Amino acid sequence: MRSDRGPSAPIGLKLAATGGLLFLHLPILLIFVYAFTTEEKSFVWPPPGLTTQWFAVTWNRPDVWQALSLSVRVAAISTAIALVLGTLCAAAVSRTKFFGRETISLLVILPIALPGIITGIALRSAFALAEIPFSFWTVVLGHATFCVVVVYNNAVARFRRTSGSMIEASMDLGADGFQTFRHVVLPNIATALLAGGMLAFALSFDEVIVTTFTAGQQQTVPIWMLEELIRPRQRPVTNVVAMVVVLVTLLPILAAYYLTRDGDQIAGSGK
Amino acid sequence: MSLDAAMPRATAPAILPGSGGVRGALSDIFWRRPQLLLLLMLLPPVLWLGIVYIGSLVALLLQSFFSIDEFSGLINRQFTLKTYGDLLQAANLDIILRTVTMAALVTLASAVIAFPIAYYAARYARGRWKALFYLGVMLPLWSSYLVKIYAWKLILAKEGILTWLLAKLHLLWLLDAWLSLPIVGGNSLSVSSTGTFIVFVYVWLPFMILPVQAALERVPGNLVEASSDLGASPGQTFRNVLFPLALPGIVAGSIFTFSLTLGDYIIPQIIGTSRLFIGQAVYSQQGTAGNIPLAAAFTVVPIVIMGFYLWGAKRMGAFDAL
Amino acid sequence: MTSAVSFQKVSRHFGSVRAVDAVDLDIVPGEFFAMLGPSGSGKTTCLRLIAGFEQPTAGSISIFGERAEGVPPYRRNVNTVFQDYALFPHLNVLDNVAYGLMVKGVGRPERQKAAEEALALVRLPDYGARRPGQLSGGQRQRVALARALVNQPKVLLLDEPLGALDLKLRENMQEELKSLQKALGITFVFVTHDQGEALSMADRVAVFNDGKIMQIGTPEDIYQRPKTRFVADFVGSSNVLPPDFVQRYAGQHRWGSLRPESIRISRANGEGVAARLVSTNYLGATTRLALDAEGLRLHAIVPAGAALPREGEAVVLTFNREHLHLMDELG
Repeated sequence: MRSDRGPSAPIGLKLAATGGLLFLHLPILLIFVYAFTTEEKSFVWPPPGLTTQWFAVTWNRPDVWQALSLSVRVAAISTAIALVLGTLCAAAVSRTKFFGRETISLLVILPIALPGIITGIALRSAFALAEIPFSFWTVVLGHATFCVVVVYNNAVARFRRTSGSMIEASMDLGADGFQTFRHVVLPNIATALLAGGMLAFALSFDEVIVTTFTAGQQQTVPIWMLEELIRPRQRPVTNVVAMVVVLVTLLPILAAYYLTRDGDQIAGSGK
Repeated sequence: MSLDAAMPRATAPAILPGSGGVRGALSDIFWRRPQLLLLLMLLPPVLWLGIVYIGSLVALLLQSFFSIDEFSGLINRQFTLKTYGDLLQAANLDIILRTVTMAALVTLASAVIAFPIAYYAARYARGRWKALFYLGVMLPLWSSYLVKIYAWKLILAKEGILTWLLAKLHLLWLLDAWLSLPIVGGNSLSVSSTGTFIVFVYVWLPFMILPVQAALERVPGNLVEASSDLGASPGQTFRNVLFPLALPGIVAGSIFTFSLTLGDYIIPQIIGTSRLFIGQAVYSQQGTAGNIPLAAAFTVVPIVIMGFYLWGAKRMGAFDAL
Repeated sequence: MTSAVSFQKVSRHFGSVRAVDAVDLDIVPGEFFAMLGPSGSGKTTCLRLIAGFEQPTAGSISIFGERAEGVPPYRRNVNTVFQDYALFPHLNVLDNVAYGLMVKGVGRPERQKAAEEALALVRLPDYGARRPGQLSGGQRQRVALARALVNQPKVLLLDEPLGALDLKLRENMQEELKSLQKALGITFVFVTHDQGEALSMADRVAVFNDGKIMQIGTPEDIYQRPKTRFVADFVGSSNVLPPDFVQRYAGQHRWGSLRPESIRISRANGEGVAARLVSTNYLGATTRLALDAEGLRLHAIVPAGAALPREGEAVVLTFNREHLHLMDELG
């Protein structure tokens, strides 16, 4: 155990650590400043002036709203599917030792362990082979596949912390399998599932690589942004959307952190 | 002891009747046949991942053994290694080499920047600071990938904040000198390999910090003190104690930084030169060129590299640090 | 009379490991029964077989005359106090205790009243609103006890319930459990590896080794008349005597045991077993002597204050022939 007084860090280490954290955060903060710039045509710094007019302009853009609505719907449905699949898998893997459970773990992790482009092109060529036209559901199919792992990681961590004798205790006291699930298992994994669900939502909401391969005409928010990045047409609107996206993803991540902070950590390997 | 009087125990049965109904019957069946329950639990995720995901992967790999008819542009569904032959053309090997070099450099730089943050968080940060550090890494990790790239487009633009800052510091000559170099230079940072490199490091850095921190958390603090007690200089302590213990974490983190760099096609497309990376090659082969077999063969490259990488990492015990 | 729990040739194998190996067992209704043995001896598996967490590989189990194989734990009127207590962290103490009644569909006011009574029974009357995490180890143990007792089980199973408690608390709990069992008249089956605990609390003790029962009997039986070397060794500090030694003094070629307090020591000039005093160990009320008798290490206990020879001195040991217990094991 370390001493309570807490040793103080060497100054060089402090500087390097602070510098690293600033490197991580300053660029994101910059987005907030640009959302208010009066400059339309370039990324000039410092901003020639500040205005809030772009918020109103963005608010009145139907394409932004459509993209947002699609992203939310895709994320919600993908999260729901991932919650069911991830929880089932985690329960099976952590409750029983069976032949091939390592393989199952690998199977779940593979969609994020392999680069997104592989998942994307694999799905795309499979859709092409099976002659499935691109639709809302092809996007969901892709998203749910890589969201499973986030729920799975959170649920497995919680199952591991949950004492196995609790389930035996419940059955011993007269609860059958369903009652045990409802009154003991579910309440104990609920916050982990909620956290996993939030992260899955954030992951899906933000995903672009797989989406470019599985979407036809559908434009999610990231696809919309990607278009703007490649061919900038509306820089001020992009600035505002970028800021909103930062805020929208911030909330579920903070919530997930507070839901799981006693004990297990948010599955950091989630992307 | 009114509990005694509450229920006449002597007459209570030792074995209670089943609760009856479908639920009771199902519950009994699952209890008697836990394998059945296990099967039912595993079936949906395994079917989904096995059919949707593995099925797609296999289909993709199969297509790398097809070839494209150069005149008609149609895919010839006959087994051939011709596509892999195409993959070995000089231009394509160039792409592979460029991507792997970038991935290695990004991994190295991430490890160097990540170590002090991870070490500080693991050894010195306490209580609220610890939570703050954790969130300080988690938030950038989970913030939007595209927004992060966009932020760097703003920073690296010719008229952007970095140029402005260097001008204020009278260091513009340094930037110009760097940009005039071959390979790493370019018109501005946002269209140079240097820019691509910076953004890669930025975007994947949190993936390196977390496993390194996890590995360092397991190093007892007194081990470092013992080393300095024994007369080791800070440099020796780092080389002989900290680094070997942090290495599994670094390897675990490098799995992410390496794999993600190998497969990315958006960062070099938005910030970088016109020279292609593997991801971009896959994207353009399957998209504009319509050459799915070659695109599929290209994806085999990162799969094979990562396969070897994971195998090596597993042997080093890196998975315990995940 | 039907047994509370009856095992007929019950085995439980895990792969090639015979955790429980053809065990016969009859537990009398209303008795305090202890299963004693080292870890891995099969005592906990036997408990889990009664609770229904394990199924026998062979043999049959009945509880109050009713066949129990294939009956899930939730349909057995048997409750368990777990080694780690297994309290539900998401429920407060009252809801923990009322859990069994809740899943049986007892109404809220009724089950809360019963839970409060059970908590009073274990002397934790005003703790209902707390969370398990806010309780001490001893308090959690009482809650686990109340949670099991509130269901009025026919048999209460206790899996090393006192293992995690410190010595003083453990002694208090031993007395309390014993008086609770007397008052309620429920059959208690108690698993422990602590022979002192088993002997002081139980009406009868079964000594386990290697998945088999070595001996079943009253604490006195087990202590005074061990049937095998293992029981003599494990249960007490008895001197285990090899067959050749026993042959000389009792005329039979079998293993024997002799309690340390049965050995008397005199100066080296009388008749008896020639020995040498190796060391003395002062224990307060008594003194424990280690002796070397022709290469055989023996222990003797003498009252404190008795005149003692010096260490290294030659002595003669005598004992009453009746105190030399012959075990079943032949040489």
